[in-house]
Amino acid sequence: MLTSKRLILAHFWLAFAAFGLALVLGAWQMFVRSPLNAWHFNPEFYYRSVTAHGSIMGYVLPTLVAMGFGYAISEAALEKPLLGRRWAWTGFWLVAAGAVVAMIPVSLGWASVLYTFYPPMVGNPFYYIGVVMVVVGSWIWVALMSINLAAWKRDNPGKPVPLAMFANVAGSYLWGWTAVGAALEIIFQILPVALGLRGTIDAGLARVFFSWTLHAIVYFWLIPTYIAYYTIFPRAIGGRLYSDAMARISFILFLVVAMPIGVHHLFTDPQVGAGFKFMHSVFTGLVALPTLLTVFTICASAEIASRLRGGSGAFGWVKALPWANPIMLATALSLVMLGFGGAGGLINMSYQLDASIHNTQWITGHFHLIFGGAIVIMYFAIAYDLWPHLTGRALDSFGLMRTQLWLWFIGMIVTTFPWHYVGVLGMPRRMAFYDYANPAISPQAFSVSMSVIGGLILLISGALFLAVLIRGHRAPGTDVGPYQFAVAVHVPARIPVALNSFGLWLALMVGLTVVNYGYPIAQLMVLPETSVPAVYVGAGR
Amino acid sequence: MSEQKLYSFRNPWFSASVGITIVLAVLSALAGLIWLPLAQSDLKLSGIWDAICSAAGVPRVSTQAPSLQPDFKISNVVMTSEMLTRKDAVSIGRGATLAQRCAICHGPQGVSDAHSPNLAGQFAAVTYKELVDFKTGARVSVVMSPFAASMSNQDMLDVAAYYAFLPRVPSNNLDPTIPAPPIVVTGAPMRNIAPCGSCHGDTDTKAGSPWLGGQSAVYIKAQLQAFASGARRNDISQQMRNIARHMTPEEIDQVARYYEAQP
Repeated sequence: MLTSKRLILAHFWLAFAAFGLALVLGAWQMFVRSPLNAWHFNPEFYYRSVTAHGSIMGYVLPTLVAMGFGYAISEAALEKPLLGRRWAWTGFWLVAAGAVVAMIPVSLGWASVLYTFYPPMVGNPFYYIGVVMVVVGSWIWVALMSINLAAWKRDNPGKPVPLAMFANVAGSYLWGWTAVGAALEIIFQILPVALGLRGTIDAGLARVFFSWTLHAIVYFWLIPTYIAYYTIFPRAIGGRLYSDAMARISFILFLVVAMPIGVHHLFTDPQVGAGFKFMHSVFTGLVALPTLLTVFTICASAEIASRLRGGSGAFGWVKALPWANPIMLATALSLVMLGFGGAGGLINMSYQLDASIHNTQWITGHFHLIFGGAIVIMYFAIAYDLWPHLTGRALDSFGLMRTQLWLWFIGMIVTTFPWHYVGVLGMPRRMAFYDYANPAISPQAFSVSMSVIGGLILLISGALFLAVLIRGHRAPGTDVGPYQFAVAVHVPARIPVALNSFGLWLALMVGLTVVNYGYPIAQLMVLPETSVPAVYVGAGR
Repeated sequence: MSEQKLYSFRNPWFSASVGITIVLAVLSALAGLIWLPLAQSDLKLSGIWDAICSAAGVPRVSTQAPSLQPDFKISNVVMTSEMLTRKDAVSIGRGATLAQRCAICHGPQGVSDAHSPNLAGQFAAVTYKELVDFKTGARVSVVMSPFAASMSNQDMLDVAAYYAFLPRVPSNNLDPTIPAPPIVVTGAPMRNIAPCGSCHGDTDTKAGSPWLGGQSAVYIKAQLQAFASGARRNDISQQMRNIARHMTPEEIDQVARYYEAQP
């Protein structure tokens, strides 16, 4: 039973409004640095735009979706009103205010440092303060999820925690811990310099701290998507979840092994030893496990639904799936993009192969395919699925939804495949200008132009998405019943305490973080003369 | 279920998860810190402990011979972006007196008619660095070197502060109709030339890079040619020499004319 509808809607609408804005910026960026645009503008505008696009898409959108969806899960799965609704509103306003505080200096060109900060570049302090406000607002959500789970467990001793809530809390703990890295970086490294208290910065240490956040944040973005796979998809296609325990193990694995792997972002950085890079590489490989478990379980759940509908044969059951159902479509497209993106990711995580694509457009293509593609398409699905329960009105423009999802899929493939390709050709990322007239670069011109078309398709799809949601607010009211999650084939009556609690897994998560990050961080903190002069961005004339 | 003890090695979930995690961490550490470094013969490690230190990233004392020193003086000024950005009225006042001897070339108001640089409104750190370089011999000029030789560090700080205090005066050759040459706006990525504007104003300003608007075209051209030929080499890490060497004579002319016409 959803009682905090206004709260949840506020999160989703702020998330999607910001998303629409950032999408326009993204499409513009694709265009201006392509050969379709004659070069005639200040490159600073490009970096300004990339900073805004990245900060919104990386921090604001997924955080708000995870928070809003988390509150919805808490109420629907635990079947009781959210405890601490006022605190939840406080968190929401902190995130909203933080987004504004961060975006003002960015739009003025005072903080064009990109959303990954890149010290020793240092921008206006308000940019970082805004990001910290977003993170602190989301930490309120982390605390509320934990409190709501604890209260439910107290009232229901010995009962298995509903899967959706278990996964949701796992995601919140993962975020709570992984955000610590960026928080340490901002508070102890960047802000003192941005405020003028120090003139030098330990860029290497700051980058190690950021890597602590940078990879696991991707799994935080991913968790709502996986929750939708496990708890929305089987129900939406009229089937059952193949295995409840498998789902729990997947989320637990994410919690434990998503953290100690971030140094694979620093493979070419000199400040971390090669041995630690190898250890992080090993654990990065392990993260493939929960994803493979998930793909197996979701395909098995789809097969169950199909056979219930009369599907038969080794592969014939695929045809019998309800393809007209937007959730079915979104999940299938999401898994395809996850497959391609995951395959590319195996190259990024390999210490040796990474060298050939490090800091090329391949990387940009990779994370757009995984995050913008596989993950965000399920954010759409989550919104479509939840909307009638939030508005009390039917959301029945199914044709429009299918068009939107297909356009997003096609747009993302057309954008990211050429991106991967030019990355292999050696095109560097984070550049505002490419001299396509040069014979060494001109072979990339066609692929880059293709990406622009993909970007335009994505923009159209994003507009359709917002249109569907707005139409949902205008539809006639209807009784949509309580919001429900997928039921497992074997509904768990008793489960091992390990699969019903987090203590052990949090201990392993922190333990592995200490093992894999402890020495590199301690060494950089102790070594003298590791700081470099800060490079202030946007200082003007 | 609740009576089941989680934190006990009798609980298979606990023992398996903790055991697997420890085994994985230990195996990956053994491979990454011992086996792989020892397998690389070019690392020339003396033993297991040496391998661990090397792979963990412990800084190692270099055994190489001391690096070759150039046979000319290089700039020893360390530039930071907040260097000399605080105004000091006493220093400006002293600088005004000291600057009288500069006026014959750089103009009484810091604006030159003699193809010497205009110093009015120039960043203090820039003026200071050039003076220090003249004094140490990193930059050589028959006119400036004798002046700088007799200046104390405080003198140089004061003169720099004074010129930074003077307002910038619009160029005598102001012509806003001249379009910015591509080398100023976009640089030439394939020749490793960053846009001039990304350090010298317009787009962004970097520590130690002078403000070029309104400077004499003759002066700018002469300096770029000096950087290209190596006659001038007080640019830190050869930043300007690497750029000027790859610029065409036409680009040097365009840049000089463009900056002269800027405010």
